[in-house]
Amino acid sequence: MAEKMKKKINHMEKNNNMENNNIIEIRNLTKKFKDLKAVDDISFNVKKGEFFAFLGPNGAGKSTTIKILTTLLSPSSGNININGYNVLTQKNKVRESFGIVFQDQSLDVELTAYENMHFHAVLYKVPKKERKEKIKELLEMVELWDKKDKVVKKYSGGMKRRLEIARGLLHHPKILFLDEPTLGLDPQTREHIWTYISKLNEKENITIFFSTHYMDEVEKIADRVAIIDNGKIVSQGSVGEILDKQGAKTLEEAFINLTGKNIREESGDNLDLIKQYIRKK
Amino acid sequence: MLNTIYILWLRQIKRYSRSKARILGSLGQPILFLVALGFGFGPMYQASGQGDFIQFLAPGIIAMSIIFTAMYTGMEVIWDKQFGFLKETLVAPVSRFNIMLGRTLGGATVAFLQGIFVLFISTFFGFTIESYIYLPLALLFMFLIAVFFTAFGTAIASVLEDMQGFHLIMSFIVMPTFFLSGSLFPLEGINKTLYYVIRVNPLTYGVDGLRQSLILEGYFNIGFDILILSALTFLAIFVGASLFNKIQI
Repeated sequence: MAEKMKKKINHMEKNNNMENNNIIEIRNLTKKFKDLKAVDDISFNVKKGEFFAFLGPNGAGKSTTIKILTTLLSPSSGNININGYNVLTQKNKVRESFGIVFQDQSLDVELTAYENMHFHAVLYKVPKKERKEKIKELLEMVELWDKKDKVVKKYSGGMKRRLEIARGLLHHPKILFLDEPTLGLDPQTREHIWTYISKLNEKENITIFFSTHYMDEVEKIADRVAIIDNGKIVSQGSVGEILDKQGAKTLEEAFINLTGKNIREESGDNLDLIKQYIRKK
Repeated sequence: MLNTIYILWLRQIKRYSRSKARILGSLGQPILFLVALGFGFGPMYQASGQGDFIQFLAPGIIAMSIIFTAMYTGMEVIWDKQFGFLKETLVAPVSRFNIMLGRTLGGATVAFLQGIFVLFISTFFGFTIESYIYLPLALLFMFLIAVFFTAFGTAIASVLEDMQGFHLIMSFIVMPTFFLSGSLFPLEGINKTLYYVIRVNPLTYGVDGLRQSLILEGYFNIGFDILILSALTFLAIFVGASLFNKIQI
């Protein structure tokens, strides 16, 4: 706990020394699919070096927002800057600024784990000398080094997930987007992974923007939180602030207060859901 | 830049070399065509005083195997969309033009190799290369056909959402492109309307050039074939890359 406080203080000092310390700036972002508003006029900032949690029930607009922030999808309206670059007009500069672990699978299952890592290292310009060493370090971290030459289609779901995370951490960008990175992983692996990411955040001041359904993860590591529901930001601030506002004891309680008790459609991909919805109509 | 192109090229090659079933499977069809059409229509063709039908047919079948494989590898973009891998390449801090070019050259190399296999196999069915001096020219034509159709497949796949469109493309674009290209029959004396359709088909010039360099017979000027096919190939890469660049997931 003390360590965490110290980290927070360091953090604030670090941030105070910077002129414009917003590394992500979102102004009035809206994304429409036909007449459905997946993201409805949201605005928020993320500061440099921050651990930022982006929460919401399934289908709330999390993944759509992350896709827009990472240039995979164009916004319907709004202004977004990532590391000072505009996501619409400076796509390549934006792409150089971040790394991402996607919510759903994005591995080439016909290649081996090592080949997937190597492919990523080349695309992300990891210097040739460092490649082997870094790939080894990360595959060892997620305990896949001894299975590195296996074709990924023979991997189990959890192994794929771990490989996906290891790959996302290969290069050290300014911002790391993690879209439900620990989904379906056991507590040991989650612990490993968050420790590694925390170190990255501290050592290299990498901004972490993540979404998750595990509220305990958020309570432990997030500096600030934004909660989205039905395309709108329903609350934001530090975990403490959100708890105070809601008069809740735990983040889980506050989350349910804010977003209701109804179970949302459980689909992996928000966009798919929306497409299905449009087709049905 | 070269690194990007190379790694995407390498990925296509690795995927291909690992799927033995696919390699064997895509040799079946050309062999069937050689046997059924070559030996089936052979006597008729000879009776009409045109010579050996296998000689005429083999370049067309080589072209067929190239365009089928090329379209298939080009359209793998849809698979990558569905299985998620495309995202990995689309957020990478490298130009999408280079990604598209690497993929296309990889797919084209695969299709080109498939063409070589079929060329080799057709010699067992009585096909003979008339002059080895022109063989490099034949290889150039094979390569151009491969690049053109991989880029074309990539262009189509970039605007399709899922695999449902794939069969539509196969039956309404790929099959007609092959059948209406002069691959299977000579262009002399054919129906005028059909002739015009064949003239606007890019594969026509590929097959004609291939035939001229392999059996030294053809319909158009070989320089004209090269010119048209190269120009169309550049155009296909350009259009394919700009559509690929606009993909949203």
